[in-house]
Amino acid sequence: MDLKTRRKLTNKIALTLSIGTMAFGLFWLAWILWTVLELGIGGLSLSLFTEMTPPPGAENGGLLNAIVGSLILVGTGTAIGAPIGILAGVYLAEYGRTTIFGKVTRFVNDLLLSAPSIVIGLFVYALIVANTGKFSAFSGALALALLVIPIVIRTTENMLMLVPGTLREAAFALGAPKHVVITRVTLRAARSGVVTGVLLAVARIAGETAPLLFTSLSNQFWSVSMSEPIASLPVTIFQFAMSPFEDWQRLAWAGVLLITLGVLGLNIIARVALRSEKLS
Amino acid sequence: MENTDKVITGPAQIAFRNFNFYYGDFHALKNVNFEMEKHKVTAFIGPSGCGKSTLLRTINRMYDLYPHQRAEGEILLNGENLLDPKVDVTSLRARVGMVFQKPTPFPMSIYDNISFGVGLHEKLNRTEMDERVEWALRKAALWGEIKDKLNQSGMSLSGGQQQRLCIARGIAVKPEVVLLDEPTSALDPISTARIEELIDELKEDFTIVIVTHNMQQAARISDYTAYMYLGELIEFGDTDQIFMKPKQKATEEYITGRFG
Repeated sequence: MDLKTRRKLTNKIALTLSIGTMAFGLFWLAWILWTVLELGIGGLSLSLFTEMTPPPGAENGGLLNAIVGSLILVGTGTAIGAPIGILAGVYLAEYGRTTIFGKVTRFVNDLLLSAPSIVIGLFVYALIVANTGKFSAFSGALALALLVIPIVIRTTENMLMLVPGTLREAAFALGAPKHVVITRVTLRAARSGVVTGVLLAVARIAGETAPLLFTSLSNQFWSVSMSEPIASLPVTIFQFAMSPFEDWQRLAWAGVLLITLGVLGLNIIARVALRSEKLS
Repeated sequence: MENTDKVITGPAQIAFRNFNFYYGDFHALKNVNFEMEKHKVTAFIGPSGCGKSTLLRTINRMYDLYPHQRAEGEILLNGENLLDPKVDVTSLRARVGMVFQKPTPFPMSIYDNISFGVGLHEKLNRTEMDERVEWALRKAALWGEIKDKLNQSGMSLSGGQQQRLCIARGIAVKPEVVLLDEPTSALDPISTARIEELIDELKEDFTIVIVTHNMQQAARISDYTAYMYLGELIEFGDTDQIFMKPKQKATEEYITGRFG
């Protein structure tokens, strides 16, 4: 076998192997999506968005309180976590890149990034729920914020590091002070990446169940109070899917479909935002 | 180099006096002494790593951004030592503009690219700013091509246009000196020729200092040339003299391509 044939053969083998592994991964993903769609579509109806979670055996019922609860929890968690994450990411990329404090922060952030979410939930439980003696929407939002922060710090820092140093130098060369360089040039250049990081964090916490079990718990009824337990999609799904009642299980699958579509939609928005930014 | 006899014939804009520069422990520039004439083009040439970019970047104190980089001696800008700790770097950089090797348009519109620097140092109303943007783009020979798309992103321009946008951005601040760090090495020959023409026009209003890898370019556009090697200024003189009859053997060897 001459050199050329051997190279072609190696190339074919590598190509076959990588296509095979890609197909393997996609197969499970497609299966999951299909199952979710097949089982969830039956539960989809208008009452899903207009009625509260029902008691077992009730004629009708929906997920309205859980949907709204999830929106409140995810919205508050992101509103608390994203600004902190972005500011800390700016610090790591622009100010503390080589300082000891920056290095320690980066290391701790990496630990936090890989901490199991149930640990975060228990931490907030010990910090707030145990002290106030009460499960609350606020403690749930805080637990979600603690999950958002490390993700946003990491993506913000990485995106700012990708901004070429010459762009910074060019802004400094015009006599811009550092805060102007950061806010008007580097953050702007990294804007789509930073926004994508926030959206990915939202997608991540939208499906979190464990940290909410110890904090916001759940609520059978309509509640939008931050100091009361609040329903959320993941916890309701957990509760309903484990139950022996068929109508609850159907609602659980509908909830799974809603979350999946929501996260899918967010990811698509993130992709499109990133692409249109690059073209401009 | 012992450059005791005065080389330039006109008034000096920038003067280096017993200037040394260090990257940490590395002595990058060794006892540099020379003067650059006002409203002339001075070119720095020399092989890679000789310190010509380092020297250029001291004139707007770009090295301030990085720890472990330090300068000793004096750089006089119109007689005032710009290494004095009392000098405010932001206003210094308004007086000394810089254009980089790769075009670096900011991620904003063409108009905002120009007004960004101006707005940092002057409070202009909308009409004045419009006039300044047009003035800078005309000076950079870009106005005709882009006057109808000032709101488009600066990134949408071609490489050569982006570089002229960067030049326009630098001169919009109305500096006294414009530093050019290999401004054409990332451009095609036609864009390069346009930038070279532009440099020739700009020296009426600004003192130009250019670093170039391209000896022909230095010969074409500069009035004075400094040849550097291993952190030392080997020879500084009138460009014709440097290229026709260099005084130093090392300069001649580099110019004639026997080395470097």
